[in-house]
Amino acid sequence: MEGAVVLLDFWPSMFGMRTRVALAEKQIKYEYKEEDLRNKSELLLQMNPVHKKIPVLIHNGKPVCESLIQVQYIDEVWNDRAPLLPANPYKRATARFWADFIDKKLYDIGTRIWKTKGEEQETAKKEYIECLKLLEGELGDKAYFGGDNFGYLDVALIPFYCWFYAYEQCGNFSIEAECPKLIAWAKRCMQKESVAKSLPDQQKIYEFLLQMKKAFGIE
Amino acid sequence: MENEEVILLDLWASPFGMRAKIALALKGINYEHRDEDLSNKSDLLLKTNPVHKKIPVLIHNGKPICESLIIVEYIDEIWPHKFPLLPLDPYQRASARFWADFVDKKIYGARNRKIRTAKGEEQEAAKEELIENLKLLEGELGNKAYFGGEHLGYVDVVLVPIYSWFYTNEKFGNFSFETECPKLIAWAKRCFEQESVCKSLPDQDKIYQHALQLMKRSGYE
Repeated sequence: MEGAVVLLDFWPSMFGMRTRVALAEKQIKYEYKEEDLRNKSELLLQMNPVHKKIPVLIHNGKPVCESLIQVQYIDEVWNDRAPLLPANPYKRATARFWADFIDKKLYDIGTRIWKTKGEEQETAKKEYIECLKLLEGELGDKAYFGGDNFGYLDVALIPFYCWFYAYEQCGNFSIEAECPKLIAWAKRCMQKESVAKSLPDQQKIYEFLLQMKKAFGIE
Repeated sequence: MENEEVILLDLWASPFGMRAKIALALKGINYEHRDEDLSNKSDLLLKTNPVHKKIPVLIHNGKPICESLIIVEYIDEIWPHKFPLLPLDPYQRASARFWADFVDKKIYGARNRKIRTAKGEEQEAAKEELIENLKLLEGELGNKAYFGGEHLGYVDVVLVPIYSWFYTNEKFGNFSFETECPKLIAWAKRCFEQESVCKSLPDQDKIYQHALQLMKRSGYE
């Protein structure tokens, strides 16, 4: 079970944060390696030759790529503590469905919020809130998406929370006003040490986003 | 396992639906197959997949499961004893999931439609990209009979439906898969020897006729 664990990552990446949270939940010691995405390391190119992307989890020298696959791998290898996926196959399929929904929608729509202006931005904001409301519906009255305990879907979604402030600033809107239940859920998650220590400060994310906008020539 | 009610909402030409059909066939599961008319979606489809309104949808004892990869994993977990699809070892499972995800992103992705819909340079670029990605899969297959090793596995089920579309893509794109990716064609033919696969995949010519109709309807030449 034990053995060297290395994570190739990029600190603002929501996807990398998922893996950080999963490793922290399972209390796994690992070596964190920050990548410069404009100058990717030999190790990254060697461990993820197909996509050349972070995060890459390296366990005993063998790479696992794609954040949701990493979270499932971590859950399966370290299966003696803090289970992330539910035991019931139907609940597992449901958790996977919503994690896939997050992957299909949130990142791209969120990107449009900061990259565009005017009507395009308004549309992106509307779509983003719609997605979050669907997720609120899935959460219902539960403390976490995983029920009483923090689980797979909570891990998949919580990293997006640290980007909300940046999107709100760029888009001049309040996510809390539209989705109070979701923000309440996020704050509940942030009280967990595994989450709080894995997510960067939202102000730092906003500053990073401002730099990205400059680099893209967006006001 | 008596009194199991299994329904599959599908479209005969959908490679995503084919994955579910193959998995159910390999496991020997009796189910009711319902073809949807996507221009007139049934109430059941809209009720069981309100988020995406897409097929396939597997309905097991009244409960819906959506997204083909998730459906295949679910089928494998509910009926684990016959024809297991995912390996037991966590690293091999992660690897299988990685390549299934690669197939979804790169082989079935929207860009590949350009092989049929685009012309000139754009079409050439789409063809080249697809072939490059198929070659990566050939590399992953290596000298194994199947992606799953000695037997069909998860990645085989996820990828093999493209075989029905090979003829269509070759006609539109004017190239030969067999010339470019002979190992993959050999693999596909090997999969076809399994009854569960060949009875779940439609005839290549039917798919071509279907693609021609879709193109006409969308206003492409």
